[in-house]
Amino acid sequence: MRSNKKTKKNDAGKFTGKFFLYFFLLLLAIITFTPFYIMLINATRSTQEINMGITLIPGNALLENYKSMMISMNIWSGFRNSLIVAVPSTILSGYFGALTAYAFSKFKFKGNKFLFWFILATMMIPIQLGLIGYYQLTANLHIINTFWALILPTVANAATVFFLKMYIDVNVHDSLLEAARVDGSSEFYTFNRIVLPIIMPGVATMSILNFIFSWNNYLTPLVLLFDKEKFTLPILIALVKGTYKQNLGAQYLAVAISVIPILIAFMFFSKYIISGITAGALKE
Amino acid sequence: MRKFLFNKDNYGYFFIIPFFVVFLSLQLYPILYTFYLSFTNLSTANPEGDFVGLSNYIRLLQDKFFLKSIWNTCRIWILNFIPQLIFALGLATILTRSKIRGKDLFRGVYFLPNLVTAASVGILFNVLLGWQSGAINQILVVIRIIPEDQKIHFLANPVWTSTAVSVILWWMWFGHSMILFMAAMVSVPKDYYDAASVDGANAWQSFWKITIPQIKPVMIYVLVTSLIGGMNNFDIPFVIGEGQNLGTGGPLYSILTMVMHLYRMGFTGGRQRGYAAAVAFAIFFIVLIFSIIIFRSMTRKEVESEKAVRGVKR
Repeated sequence: MRSNKKTKKNDAGKFTGKFFLYFFLLLLAIITFTPFYIMLINATRSTQEINMGITLIPGNALLENYKSMMISMNIWSGFRNSLIVAVPSTILSGYFGALTAYAFSKFKFKGNKFLFWFILATMMIPIQLGLIGYYQLTANLHIINTFWALILPTVANAATVFFLKMYIDVNVHDSLLEAARVDGSSEFYTFNRIVLPIIMPGVATMSILNFIFSWNNYLTPLVLLFDKEKFTLPILIALVKGTYKQNLGAQYLAVAISVIPILIAFMFFSKYIISGITAGALKE
Repeated sequence: MRKFLFNKDNYGYFFIIPFFVVFLSLQLYPILYTFYLSFTNLSTANPEGDFVGLSNYIRLLQDKFFLKSIWNTCRIWILNFIPQLIFALGLATILTRSKIRGKDLFRGVYFLPNLVTAASVGILFNVLLGWQSGAINQILVVIRIIPEDQKIHFLANPVWTSTAVSVILWWMWFGHSMILFMAAMVSVPKDYYDAASVDGANAWQSFWKITIPQIKPVMIYVLVTSLIGGMNNFDIPFVIGEGQNLGTGGPLYSILTMVMHLYRMGFTGGRQRGYAAAVAFAIFFIVLIFSIIIFRSMTRKEVESEKAVRGVKR
């Protein structure tokens, strides 16, 4: 009897505990999402309405905002430029990352271990360290103010190599490679036609992260691109304040247009993204 | 050559060539070149760049803006990292140890701000933090925290501006750290917790004596990567400041970070690239020293925490 009472009391305590837990989690989720929600709502309201106060209901000035936004800034050119940089960057880092990872995983050449650890050690060095030197180098090579300056370095993406080496270690069996060799397949052919299809899920995981990284990159293009027609999306968005002055509706809309693709990408790929970012931390 | 190719393992060299050519020429070489440039006076006035020895580094020690930027960068990072760590550990514990419905949804929402372009986030918060028509002031009025005529001019006040940058960074990163902690916590054997509760340990004790020591490698990873990112903080403080111009450093230069100083020195005004290169290496050395301190203090505690785990397992 006594123990029964005790469990009942515990249940009640557990219930209020759970209630507060959900309340806290929900409140934090609302706080986290609110900036995006206000952004989406205000993108559809006129500057006058935005000045008046806040609301949770969308307005009907979306088209108006879009027109005034497009007068002073062609946001779609930023969109296009960001794609021109991000798509080849993603493909290059994915392909050469996989090729390099395959070499480190399956070929026991001299210096394999040393070279692998060497590139791992450089993973911790931020790009800012070599920025001045890279600026001077691209100026000397006459590739400054071109997209090449942003695309070429992505061939060497240490994080991708690291992730894919682990992936190949687990998922590509030596017996399969031996069989291909017996069949007379060349090493390069084996990689392209047998290994690459097997590790495609791993390549996709890293590619989503690499794409987002390239899409969000601000400092490097800011330093290396001078012509307004070549500006990537983040550079254009950062200029929004100066361009639209008091036109808040257009500012919100421009920011919203830059954020929406990421929101959509996340809805579809969140599982890949999360597995990609955890891999680096867990397999040290 | 034939002999070299006869050994199939040597094909590995061919496969890593593209990576290493690009790595050495476009990544490692620029870093070494930057180091060399840090000993020159390369600028618009001296396009050839004469060797000036250590004078850039000596100038750094007397550069009031640089010294202020060190303090700003550290303060902004600490004020974001401590709450980030508390929230990330707390939420990761809740979401892994209790049965929560909609776990994946919560995890996704908390993590989402991390993926959004930092430049867009900076501009978004610049608009949200506006004085008379900013959404945050409007919300504060609606929920009656401040009266209509006392709206806060956030971005004109050094303390508010700097705090805002820390809060934004917290908002962007607590979900990211939480996901890493969750992944680490899932792999802690459940037996440890069962054994501890048999011994009469409460949830708080098992958190400190089991969870924390078990996820320590991931905690070090989060700490070091956050430190590196925090010391190289640029995008948000650069775009958020009030006014039409970017990268002014906010009121009283309260959000002038080290990399912003690098940018201002190397890419605006007299374009003193030699000096900016010295700033880059100063940042690198600061990060290096902090990282060594972290590793030292973390490995010293190793022995104690191992004892604690054994104590619980018994």
